[in-house]
Amino acid sequence: MQRLRRTMMFVPGNNPGMMADAHIYGPDSIMLDLEDSVTLAEKDAARLLVYHALQSVDYGQTEMVVRINPLSTPFGRKDIEAVVRAGVDVIRMPKTETADEVREVEAEIERVEERLGCLGRTQIMAAIESALGVVNAYDIATASKRMMGIALGAEDYCANLKTQRSQTGDELRLARETIVVAARAAGIDALDTVYSNLNDMEAFRAEVEFIKTLGFDGKSIINPRQIEVVNEVFAPKEKDIQKARTILAAIREAEARGSGVVAVNGKMVDRPVVIRAQRTIELAKASGLIDNEDF
Amino acid sequence: MKPSQAGTLESGDIFIQVFPADTDGIEIELDSTVAYQFGEQIKKVILETASQLGLERAYIEAVDKGALDCTIRARTTAAIERATGKSIFDV
Repeated sequence: MQRLRRTMMFVPGNNPGMMADAHIYGPDSIMLDLEDSVTLAEKDAARLLVYHALQSVDYGQTEMVVRINPLSTPFGRKDIEAVVRAGVDVIRMPKTETADEVREVEAEIERVEERLGCLGRTQIMAAIESALGVVNAYDIATASKRMMGIALGAEDYCANLKTQRSQTGDELRLARETIVVAARAAGIDALDTVYSNLNDMEAFRAEVEFIKTLGFDGKSIINPRQIEVVNEVFAPKEKDIQKARTILAAIREAEARGSGVVAVNGKMVDRPVVIRAQRTIELAKASGLIDNEDF
Repeated sequence: MKPSQAGTLESGDIFIQVFPADTDGIEIELDSTVAYQFGEQIKKVILETASQLGLERAYIEAVDKGALDCTIRARTTAAIERATGKSIFDV
């Protein structure tokens, strides 16, 4: 089953209290941050905290992501060394602009993994936060077989674009659509940027509904309060679940007959419809709307 | 080796200070809200971490605010790395 990434919760890498509790709220992924939320003087201490937390805290099934510092800083290589040694699931690259940057990070990961004897264990995701990054989105998304997703980082992107974030999000339209299309073309996930105003949950909900419509797999979040809203928006409707059940039952029946042709009510079911049905069931399970035993 | 510190006084953290010592061995002074229950365990984790890093003589002051063992290890390591100038992630 493909992993769900409806919510990726940002947690500062130098805050042990938040790091110890983050998984209790049930985000699909946790992103421990070594980059923007950590001051230059605390980079070493945050790296050690993340290194030890990844090895000791029981995060259960939560996907563990660490945002590293760029390789162009004195911190990036040590960050990779630490988090690969600690067994992180995904390394998130900040401010990615070219495929070469992804390949450089991949080479560093491989160097550590080869030494540890676990080649291929660590996945990569890239945050796209500039006009150049958006232009190169597909190249970035396909730069490595380790790529699991690309994400929009809107604050830096807007600054680079010489604009600012608005309530409507018009300024992000091209970046969002480009990132979703690039991710889909590459067969990886697309994650939307954070929404920072915790006092306006209705506007947050509207934004989540919008990015779901665009095709995003999920949203970066900064507070546990945002998880419930995202999960509600991404939860499939009852009629969609029923339709998906019928399609998957037809698949099982076709398999039992040894047939590759799936039909519902006498009509052949196309491959995209099957894929959508499977995703609906996965989301329904993750949302607690149906039992795992049902399928 | 120079006097160094790491950590904060926030809940769930521990503040560690490392000072050079004249005599062999690691001396630890601990101030913790949970010292009665966990004081010995906290000192044990600090001592183990210092030994693993090859520290043979130092005076360590720790103010604990309910840190997990992994946080105690991380903060002790950070303070010692800052004191000695060597990182366990040197590449």
